[in-house]
Amino acid sequence: MPFNQTFDVVVLGGGNAALCAAIVAASRDARVVVLEGAPRFYRGGNTRHTRNLRCSHDGRASTMSGPYAHQEFLDDLYRVTDGQTDKALAELTVARSRELIGFMGEQGVLFQPPLGGTLSLGKTNAFFLGGGRGMLNTLYRRAESLGVTCLYDAPVLALDIQNGFFVSATIRYEGREQKVRGKALVAAAGGFEANIEWLKKYWGAAADNFLIRGTPYNRGDVLRMLLDAGVAPVGDPTQCHAVAIDARAPKFDGGIATRLDSVVFGIMVNRDAQRFYDEGEDTWPKRYAIWGRLVAQQPGQIGYSIIDAKSIRMFMPSIFPAISAPTVGELAGKLSLDPTALEATVAEFNAAVKPGTFDHTVLDDCRTEGLTIEKTHWARKLDTPPYYAYPLRPGITFTYLGVRVNEESRMLLAGGKPSGNMFAAGEIMAGNVLGKGYLAGIGMTIGAVFGRLAGEGAAKHARN
Amino acid sequence: MLATENLREADRLMTICNACRYCEGLCAVFPAMEMRRTFAAGDLNYLANLCHQCGACYPDCQYSPPHEFNVNIPAAMAKLRNDSYAAYAWPRAFTGAFARNGLTVTLLAAVSLAGFIVGFVAWADPAALFSRNAGDFYIVMPHNAMVAVFGAAALYAVAALWFSLRSFWRDINAGAPPAGFAAFGRAVADTAHLTFLHGGGGGCTGENEAPSPARRIYHHFTFYGFLLCFAATSVATFYHYAFGWRAPYALWSLPVVLGIVGGIGLLIGPAGLFVLSRQRDPALVDGGRADMTTAFIAMLFLVSLTGFALMGLRDTAAMGGLLAIHLGLVLGLFLSLPYGKFVHGLFRFLALVKYAAERRQGKFVE
Repeated sequence: MPFNQTFDVVVLGGGNAALCAAIVAASRDARVVVLEGAPRFYRGGNTRHTRNLRCSHDGRASTMSGPYAHQEFLDDLYRVTDGQTDKALAELTVARSRELIGFMGEQGVLFQPPLGGTLSLGKTNAFFLGGGRGMLNTLYRRAESLGVTCLYDAPVLALDIQNGFFVSATIRYEGREQKVRGKALVAAAGGFEANIEWLKKYWGAAADNFLIRGTPYNRGDVLRMLLDAGVAPVGDPTQCHAVAIDARAPKFDGGIATRLDSVVFGIMVNRDAQRFYDEGEDTWPKRYAIWGRLVAQQPGQIGYSIIDAKSIRMFMPSIFPAISAPTVGELAGKLSLDPTALEATVAEFNAAVKPGTFDHTVLDDCRTEGLTIEKTHWARKLDTPPYYAYPLRPGITFTYLGVRVNEESRMLLAGGKPSGNMFAAGEIMAGNVLGKGYLAGIGMTIGAVFGRLAGEGAAKHARN
Repeated sequence: MLATENLREADRLMTICNACRYCEGLCAVFPAMEMRRTFAAGDLNYLANLCHQCGACYPDCQYSPPHEFNVNIPAAMAKLRNDSYAAYAWPRAFTGAFARNGLTVTLLAAVSLAGFIVGFVAWADPAALFSRNAGDFYIVMPHNAMVAVFGAAALYAVAALWFSLRSFWRDINAGAPPAGFAAFGRAVADTAHLTFLHGGGGGCTGENEAPSPARRIYHHFTFYGFLLCFAATSVATFYHYAFGWRAPYALWSLPVVLGIVGGIGLLIGPAGLFVLSRQRDPALVDGGRADMTTAFIAMLFLVSLTGFALMGLRDTAAMGGLLAIHLGLVLGLFLSLPYGKFVHGLFRFLALVKYAAERRQGKFVE
């Protein structure tokens, strides 16, 4: 590895955004190095757990049902972010998303038609054949065929940034500190969701009970260094995207398989066996996104989804088996909950359920009446043994804090001045567009759109 | 509780995959899995035989080793599949033939070869055995004797395969409605096309985790080569009995042309598959029983090679000796059909029939 040369473009990170930037820069004849902090297997950060990207399209793509119009996508984005978005960048994201299927296809990425799965995203999202890791493998092969140098296990220790101008990155590689110099920088190294200490700044000790859905390498070190070097921040540092996942999932990298969608079919209780939120408030995807935060606010950061035999086959099969028992009391025992308290909660809930016509595909008329916390839809008595439970904990997917960028994907310094040679793409700047909330596949869209812009800008800068 | 470690591992993995489903576009295994929530032994044996070992799901999987979930579908399915061949073997006493398959096939080939050599020396006219016979095999070994030996071997192979496949089919179809002709036709098309050896579009996983169509192409050479050779023999048999046209046939006659084209396939295909098997990531296969594949493709290659030698030298004095070698290998191949890699095609075909039937019925098996 020639550490004595100056690369045209130094890319920090190894996910979708990093590779899009590297490929675009290399195809403009730039000499590019990709520095991935993780070992090869875990390369790509959250990209390895993704499955699709959201894109506006005219409905002609063979693998999508459609069309998904520009304005519709934009409206969706404005709706989920509650306006916490840079409108110009949001417009740009949606406009350029139209090119992504073509761009990915040129790199060799294959897509598949929407299949049986439970996600009805065939119109809005293009699905990678084999998922995000398959897509990522293809992008790496493409980058390597263009002559991009990819280093794994190469975490950044320090950045030499002078007056908002990137000079070099110090990395640890094969046990030694090395300096990698470049004419331009693309920072695409993700957020800090796996950095428990950092999360604790905002969440306190509760963060110790969070599960991290991606790899342990999403530590936000590069983000921290950039902010410390005077790059303007964007996004609420206290916020992260959290969904409720099976509490038995591994601490890191459990990914998609640990999701659970049983909540709407029964009741959710905390460790005191008390309900704490309307389980029937809304359909997927909203309910998917709120329960992580709700569980995080409960004592011990744990919740229990309790259902009965009527519902056990109504949602996606889960990776861990449901805990089951013939009575509510025995179920409580298995969960180490107070049996009397859980029996009382279930009895009170059952007594409040009003008759209705159950249909979990729409906001039906099955609800409770007279509870402090009502269940407004899909309320059915828990009366058919065996009873089942899943323990749930907050699963942290990504963080919102990032670096501010402009429409060239160029980082903006604290005073608002654009950096001379520093670009950012992907989760590290996603907060510009997605200041709040979530839309399935939007992370890949932002990564690819701004990755391409960053690669273009960095290559152009290096050549001049 | 599932009976074997390989069944339990497949069950563990299918439970993980069924909660993920990212691979559902790659092949038939994952859509078939999605029609179930739990997996009985019959289900797992069905899924294992539906797996074409393309390997595409392994580099695509975020849970493959070194991830703690340790998901390796190609290897787990290969092990279970090889177990299933043994478990359904007929007669039961020959189950062990799959555990030491290289040895089994070698012994069958050696005994058959020896049988022909000894037989020729004992019964054939020594003058005919070592002289030029203008390509007339029947001077060395009478036609009726050939028919008797190979007819008996073929009947035995068919019977053994029938009983074995019958128990497999019953096991994977416990309680399921019968498959119709449409499902059968779909399975024929999927077999002929090797639909599920496409890895969903890219091909089999080759070197550098890059998808490549090479294995599928060499498999086609092998498969169609085998069918053409089978057709050559069938046509020749038909000529003999229907028209009284006796071998040897001219170079441009139908049986010889079919045999030559098929034989070329059986040289190129197995050779290519052998080279690819050496290059394959050992993580993707059932390493302990890799000899099953090697033995089968080696037999196909040798049968074809000796067939060409026999054809090329049939007018010389070497014909008698080459005939003994070729026929000995063919007999060895016949006898090993129910106890070697050959069965993979039939088990997989039945799995494809079931898959097609299931998809048509659209029923979710609980």
